[in-house]
Amino acid sequence: MTRPADLPDDTQLTRDGVSLAQGGRILLVACGALAREIVALRDRNGWDHIDLTCLPAILHNHPERIADAVEATVTARRDAYQKVYVVYADCGTGGRLQDTCARLGVEMIKGPHCYSFYEGNAAFAAHDDEVTAFYLTDFLARQFDAFVWKPLGLDRHPELREMYFGNYTKLVYQAQSDDSALTARARACAERLGLAFERRFTGYGDLERTLADWAGSGPSSG
Amino acid sequence: MSEEEDEIILSELDDEELVQQMFDDLYDGLKEEIEEGVTILLDRGWAPYDILTKALVGGMTIVGADFRDGILFVPEVLLAANAMKGGMAILKPLLAETGAPRMGTMVIGTVKGDIHDIGKNLVSMMMEGAGFEVVDLGINNPVENYLAALEEHKPDILGMSALLTTTMPYMKVVIDTMIEQGLRDDYIVLVGGAPLNEEFGKAIGADAYCRDAAVAVETAKDFVSRKHNSLSA
Repeated sequence: MTRPADLPDDTQLTRDGVSLAQGGRILLVACGALAREIVALRDRNGWDHIDLTCLPAILHNHPERIADAVEATVTARRDAYQKVYVVYADCGTGGRLQDTCARLGVEMIKGPHCYSFYEGNAAFAAHDDEVTAFYLTDFLARQFDAFVWKPLGLDRHPELREMYFGNYTKLVYQAQSDDSALTARARACAERLGLAFERRFTGYGDLERTLADWAGSGPSSG
Repeated sequence: MSEEEDEIILSELDDEELVQQMFDDLYDGLKEEIEEGVTILLDRGWAPYDILTKALVGGMTIVGADFRDGILFVPEVLLAANAMKGGMAILKPLLAETGAPRMGTMVIGTVKGDIHDIGKNLVSMMMEGAGFEVVDLGINNPVENYLAALEEHKPDILGMSALLTTTMPYMKVVIDTMIEQGLRDDYIVLVGGAPLNEEFGKAIGADAYCRDAAVAVETAKDFVSRKHNSLSA
């Protein structure tokens, strides 16, 4: 998937996030790891009334900081919009984000994490044989070094790989797009972790259905 | 480590210098150096228990403190733990032979649906270092595994670990089952894992939440001594 013109590169999405305001009446406060996908859906469906603010995607590695960061952004921006929605799942906050959103009176996307809502929460929950699976999305396949390899110190100490990943058996690449180069990259990630590789095309899953509800239109057929 | 430090000959250091050097080597995650240090101290007639507590646990205590203070991070702690494990492997069979003091027994395992064991392994190692016998059930444990281990080993402590917010509620399943079976009050239940906190520990009916391995050891010692005091009162 090529990067939409108004989006910064993945490094900036990881570190800083992005704010894309075009005078819309709905604001999505989202994880930076979802920026490309949300913008792609926005453009494909002509959701010109939707603005997007993405928090730094690297919060994914610090779930204890997500609820406060979301609250600060919603509080700062909500007066300019008719509706604000939060495009984070629980994402390791242990219910804290749900509590925060309930207190703020804003809706968030359902599910434990993006791996679940991309595949569809019902379908993901039905897996009872994937305890040993490590998941990557398109974004995480592109940003593997920033989110996995370097934070775990594997760039400096590759000998730690077994301690981190010895109990995993496979890497499941949940593909949001058909991109052979990205698939090759995800496969290389699996090799680096010493795991079997599986590509599973998910498309946008519950993300698309939820955003369509919020945008007030049905999902695009395109 | 600088070249100058690389040239240190461990066997030429006196005992105090060697223990200090082992602290540094543990901090730097140097497994072979730790194994060598342990062997040298054994050759000099040190009791295995003294090597364990004074050199290895002493060094890991510094690592743990710096981890808590944000000076060291997980990769460095893992390297240090790996180095300590090397030393422990030499000492463990000797500890049993030499009648080292025993603090109690702990059964520990990661809960069902969760395969993460780094924290659990650190706790196991530090508990062994503190003189506890540890029965490690590994990962992905259903309640039946815990109950069978309690029955078989009659431990003082049950430890449960989880890394995922989706799996940590399973700890309550285990505790509730213990209550149903009238077993809960027979054991000290300690829980830990990155997404947990004290509030969660209380809510599910654990005796304590332990934020890291060092806290787990201190909490375990505290509860076991209270248990012994209450039994002898």
